[in-house]
Order: sequence, then structure tokens, then C-alpha cells
Amino acid sequence: MKLYLKVWRQENRTSGGSMIDYEVDGISEHMSFLEMLDLLNERLILKGERVIEFDHDCREGICGACGMMINGRAHGPLTGTTTCQLHMRSFKDGDTVYIEPFRAAAFPILRDLKTDRSSFDHIIQAGGYISASTGQAPESNSILIAHDTAEAAFDAAACIGCGACVATCKNSSAALFTSAKISHLVLLPQGKTESADRVIKMISQMDAEGFGHCTNTEACEVECPQEISSLHIGRMNYEYNKALILRK
Amino acid sequence: MMDSKIPAGELADKWKNYKDSSNLINPANRKKLDIIVVGTGLAGASCAATLAEQGYNVKSFCFQDSARRAHSVAAQGGVNAAKNYKNDGDSVFRMFHDTIKGGDFRSREANVYRLAECSLALIDQAVAQGVPFAREYGGYLNNRSFGGVQVSRTFYARGQTGQQLMVGAYQALMRQVSAGKVQTYTRHEMLDLVLVDGKARGIIARNLETGEIERHAANAVVLATGGYGKVYYLSTLAMGCNTSAIWRAHKKGAFMSGVSWIQFHPTCLPQIGETQSKLTLMSESLRNDGRIWVPKKAGDERVPNDIPEEERDYYLERRYPTFGNLSPRDISSRAAKERIDAGCGVGPMKNAVCLDFSKAIKEQGRDKIEEKYGNLFRMYDKINGVDAYKEPMLISPAAHFTMGGLWVDYNLMTTIPGLFALGEANFSDHGANRLGANSLLQSCVDGYFIAPYTIPNYLSGELKAEKITTEHPAFKEAEDAVQAQIIRFLNVDGHLSADYFHKALGKLLYDKCGLSRTKKSLEAAVIEIKALKKSFDHELKIPGDDQLNSELEKAGRVADFLELGVLMCYDALQREESCGAHFREEYQTTEGEALRNDEDFCYVSAWEWKGEEVQQELHKEPLVFEAVKLTVRSYK
Repeated sequence: MKLYLKVWRQENRTSGGSMIDYEVDGISEHMSFLEMLDLLNERLILKGERVIEFDHDCREGICGACGMMINGRAHGPLTGTTTCQLHMRSFKDGDTVYIEPFRAAAFPILRDLKTDRSSFDHIIQAGGYISASTGQAPESNSILIAHDTAEAAFDAAACIGCGACVATCKNSSAALFTSAKISHLVLLPQGKTESADRVIKMISQMDAEGFGHCTNTEACEVECPQEISSLHIGRMNYEYNKALILRK
Repeated sequence: MMDSKIPAGELADKWKNYKDSSNLINPANRKKLDIIVVGTGLAGASCAATLAEQGYNVKSFCFQDSARRAHSVAAQGGVNAAKNYKNDGDSVFRMFHDTIKGGDFRSREANVYRLAECSLALIDQAVAQGVPFAREYGGYLNNRSFGGVQVSRTFYARGQTGQQLMVGAYQALMRQVSAGKVQTYTRHEMLDLVLVDGKARGIIARNLETGEIERHAANAVVLATGGYGKVYYLSTLAMGCNTSAIWRAHKKGAFMSGVSWIQFHPTCLPQIGETQSKLTLMSESLRNDGRIWVPKKAGDERVPNDIPEEERDYYLERRYPTFGNLSPRDISSRAAKERIDAGCGVGPMKNAVCLDFSKAIKEQGRDKIEEKYGNLFRMYDKINGVDAYKEPMLISPAAHFTMGGLWVDYNLMTTIPGLFALGEANFSDHGANRLGANSLLQSCVDGYFIAPYTIPNYLSGELKAEKITTEHPAFKEAEDAVQAQIIRFLNVDGHLSADYFHKALGKLLYDKCGLSRTKKSLEAAVIEIKALKKSFDHELKIPGDDQLNSELEKAGRVADFLELGVLMCYDALQREESCGAHFREEYQTTEGEALRNDEDFCYVSAWEWKGEEVQQELHKEPLVFEAVKLTVRSYK
């Protein structure tokens, strides 16, 4: 099939950018979206032009490196799917496809479709962990965790940190990302001790990074490739308010 | 002769003896010592976090945009530990024995025993960090079975165990960043190792965003940079996985071991086209409930569901009745290749076998299968557009894990003093074949429990050493060499992409140094790879400049893969036997099983770099077995 691409090209953090047109033919429906971009890049190289830069690594939907806006949707038209897992069978011959980076004040563009998402690392650094140094752990079966509790914690812990939730949010809020971590840790007995401190620190870091506020449109949940529920945001708000009230 | 520095004493006491007598550093002195850790996968992140907890200053490097993305994240099935929670006869010794046997008696007893021993504490550590392992309804930890063993010792978090352990290690690392004990350098790639007086004292790294070449000095350098399976281009690895850190250390004097021992994972998605970039792995855990078969008749054109039961060949159950579908990876992969080569393969390219869940769904119900493997079935559907609850998955062997790597002694130190290699980057624990769920284990154990003892033991001798800064001439020399290579790449101005060479190399290695090899194929491969390298030097095209430029990154990695490919072939050539994943067609039994030669090849190869135009020199570390008896590895 043949596609008409309009791709965001940008030199560096400070320069402006623009949409550039490319025609790509010879696309097979079995290709992944990134393999289609590989094909285009291979042709650009042969012409001596700079390749379109995009982040990608595992190409199996788990590392969270890839992510772009495809026709205005984070990771493209499918639900529960990262860009690398999107295949060309989701497009038709002759389609025009707009490809842009994830846009948010807290995700500066480095070049083309590559963005800097280190703000997510900063949120985790603020308290997204259980303080258990190596060597301190008790025997693992001494901490009983009900099957459903472990599964619920897992659902939250499945976040891959790709940033689709931020990119799709009209406020560029990181509430889904942050709340998923808060939920993961507060659901488990090991993580409860630090929960009040954690939620306050992580939320204030989220604000400091320049992410917007959550206005509960739940758009994040729709685009999350791991289908993480926006109910975690409710839990985060509950934990936050509880922490504020009980704060000594 | 290689000195592996195995501690004295009975096998079960060696690690305890080591810890009891190793040198310590008092807390006040630890903050005077700097350690560089390259790689932020399970081995790198856990090592960096643990050393920082102890009080050392750690610099952590990764090429990804965040430490959390390292490829450990993609491991699916589980992590082994000899907890014996299932009361089914497991023990540290049993796990040690399974691993030694699984590796076809080509690994070090003392290392493997330590791996099994430390597995107990790892599960405790991961649970304490909040890793949501699968639980039974009473709240106790659950287990499943993996290939090559007869007990249930695999702990798992659905099909995302690697991700969950990775999240735990990443969070531990982030905690130390906020404590000010770790500085992270993301989007940084190590391009050379700096030696001063023969010791590892720093690295040259490239900032992949700005292109700046940076110097970093330290008292010790840890490479936890993963395996080099991406040398085959099509593999289960991430696109960025590479050999550059360990290869450049090799060229600075660190020996490489078992280079040709590469595991082909039996349950991956087959290649379906020329533009494919990746062969996605489907967890081995699927073999707990999935049955593997091909049509009995060669060239059968029917779709799998139309082939009646009596015309299906469950070849693993037929050939290996004891272990059946849970036979170890090397054996399962070779058995698949044997059937595919015999013309019984299925799928559009006839390069796959069926992994069938119909019996399990009938017996356990779809819900149970969905709970165990839901994400894998979803992934299969996304990639292929096929519902595997209704028809068999099509799977095929793919390059996956490298048992080989930098040679390390019992301290996990390479032949360069002060340079340590952890996780898949070293060769140490898996022999000629790795058992499923031992990889997550090894990387975690190396990083959490071993290196944090052995590195201080080394550093205790470095407290009084001269303080080295990045002004030392060795840094300038290494930086100049790195700069020169980058300029060379940009100036070739040929007409072929780095990927072109990478794909050509991969195809060549799959054919000639893959699941099976012969003297003839290997000798041909050496000549062809060298020719490809020549062409690479003169025909490469890198558009753009030395700032953010992924093509430039690829070029450096492909250059190293091309050199590594040659060594892989030499390593496979010198080993005139079949063992584990290394199957030389000349050395097999009449039934087509691997024929080991303990008389002549019961050693680990250790290759020393001798310069660009000269072949590496082979050294040998003889393997001594005291606790186990060398037997023919049978899973029949």
C-alpha cells in the first residue's frame, strides 16, 4: 500500500519545527508502524537526507520508549496498543497519516519525534518506591498478600511510563502515571508505611515539573496502552486528602 | 592458565567463606570511592542502587532515555528460586544440579551453586520492594514450572516478571538518586574504557542528545550492558541492544568467553517478511499448557485446525517423553528446526511450528488460561491479528540469549583489574545453555548480592591508590580514538545504511553460525564477515552530523558486531564437540542428539584481543567437577 505521511521535523530543543510531506509506497500490512518508518528512513539515507528520529527499543510494547501522535491519537488508532505494536493492517492504501511527537510542556522535543520524558523519572525519585535497602528483606512468605490484592497492585504497576496519558490530556496532566505508582505501592502492605509522605511528595513534584491538573475527562485511560484505569486517580486524590488531614 | 579465584572449602561453604574473609571498607571511607555502572537493567540498576546504599558514589549510565527501559523489562516468564514452597523436592543443591546439567556441564560449579544459594534472598528482596508476584488465594506466593526441571520453582508476575523486577530495581535506583548517592546519565553511550596502569579507571561516553564526548573517572567500572544476541539482527532483543561496551573493553584487554554459545528461544514469532525488525518472544511459560506439534506429513497445506489429531506429530512429547513440551530450550529449538528442515513447518513461510492450547482450554477453561497468559494472547493477536484461543499460535526459534560474554572470575571481575561484568554481559553461570527463568535470577543476584561484596573487596586495595582525574593522558588518548572513529563514520559517504550491514551480518550468522554449525559453514562465515566489514568501512552512509543522530549510533554498534561475529565463528570452530546451544553437525549421536567431548573440551574458552589484523589468542579455563558427575544430558 501507499501512504501519504505528514511528519513533524524539528532540529533541536530550541528550534521550531514543521510538518513535512513524505510519500511511502511498498508498505505491507504485516509491517509494524515503526517498520514502516524504518522503510522510509532507509530511503532517506540512500538520498543522503537525515532520518526521522524517533524513540523505540523493545518493539514488543513493554519498554515504553516509543510513542507518537498518529492522526491525533497517542500511539495511533487502536486501544491498549503501543506504537511499536500497531501494524499497518490498521491503515488503508492512500491514507494520509499525521505523525507528531508527544507534546507537553514537561516533555521538551529533542529532535523530530524524540522527546525528553525525564520528568517522569523525577516524579518517581520524589517517592515512587518502597524504602527497602538490599539485605533488609524479611522472608517473602511472611508477608501474606491476598490474590486479588496482588493482582490489583499488578494492574497499577503495569505502567510502562510511555507518556501517552500526558500527551492525550488537554491539560497535559501526569495524574494517571503518578496515581498508578501511588496505587501500586499503597495497595501492598509493604508500601503502606510511607504512603502519606509519598503521595504528597510525588504530587508536588508532578506540579513542579510543569504537568497540568487533572480535570477528570478520563481521556488518559482511553489511550493508555496498558489500559490502566483512571480510578487510580480517584485513589490518589483520596490518599492525598487523607495525608493532608492527618499530617502532623 | 586462567585463575578463577574460587574460594576454598566445601561447595556449600564457599560463598560463606568468601564473605567471612573478604575485605571491608569502613563507612567513612566509602564516600571517597567512585564507581561507574554502565547499563541500568536488572544487573546494573540493582548493583548501582545497592552500592549507593552502602555509601559509595555511583554514576549510572544508559543509552535509553530512562533507566526503566533497559531490556530486562521484556523478560516475561519468571525468576527461579529454590524456596521449595511447593514442597516438591526442591533444594539449593537440586537447583544447582539442574542448572549445571542444563548448561551441559560447561559452567563453573562454585558460581552456579552461589547462584542457587542467593536465589532465596532475591525473592525476599523483590517482595520487600513491592514486586507483585502471583499469589495463591491464601496469600502465599505461587510458582510454576519451566523447561528443563521437574519442580515448580519459578516465581512470576503474569507474563511480565521482567518488567516488575525491573520496576523494583529502577525504583531502588531512583531512591538513591534522590538521596544524592547516584548520578544518572541517560541517553549516554559508553564508547571506550580508560585504563591507567592496567586498571579500569574510567570511561569515555557520548551524550546521545548533544553528541558531546565526555570523560568520567572512577575507582572501578562495572559493565552490566546485557547480551549481544542482536548480532543476528532478527532476535528477541531490543533494537538498541549491542555489544559495544563489552567489545571495546575486550579490545582494551578483557577476555571474551564462550562467545559462540547463543541460545535460540524456541517460542518466538516467526519471520514473515524482509522488512521485519524483530522476532517477538512468547514466554516459555506457555509451554506449561501449550502443546507443540507439526503435521506428520511434509508439505501439508491445510490450516492447523483442519489437521485431525492423528495426523499431528507432537514431536517433543514423542522424542522426550519425560520432559515433553518442557524440554530445555536448546533441545526444543533444535527439534523444531529438524522438523522445519524436514518440510513439516507451518505458516506462510513454512518456518514455524504450532503451539496449541485447545487441550488446556478444554481441561481448565478459557478463564484460567486467560488469567495465566492473557497478555501474551493479546500480544499475539496484536502482532498477527489471530485469536490464539481459537487456533494454535505459530512459533519458531529465534536468537535470544548469549551465554557467552566477558570472562569473569568468582569476583565477577574481568581480566582487567577494576573492571567487573554482571548479568548477561558476563559468561559465568549458564554454561552452554541457559535454563528458563535463570536469566532474571542471575542478573539480580549479580547486582544485589554478589558485586556488592566483591567490588568492595577489590576497592579496599584502592583506598590508598593515586587519585586519577579526567586530565590524565589516558583519558585524552581514549577520547581522541573515539572522536576519530566518529569522524571516520561520517566521512565514508558511501551508499549503504548501517542497517543494511547489520541485516546482512545477521542472515549470514543465522545460516552459518546459528542453531547448528559445521566446520565448513564457519570457515565460510569468517571470510564473508571479513568481506562485509571491508565493505562497511568503504560503503557506509551516515547522513547528518555528530549531534543527535541515531544512524551514527547504529554505525558504531554494527562495527563492533562485525568484529564480534568473526570471533563467534572462531569460538565455534575451535570447539569440536556439540554441547548445549552449540551444535556442530559433525558431532552428534545416531539419534541426532548433541555429542559432548569431555575428554578434550571440558573448558571455557577465553579469548585475548591481539590487534585488528591478528586472530585473538585462545586461553582455556579447565572446568573441574567435584560435586556432580558428568553425565550424558538426557531429557528422554
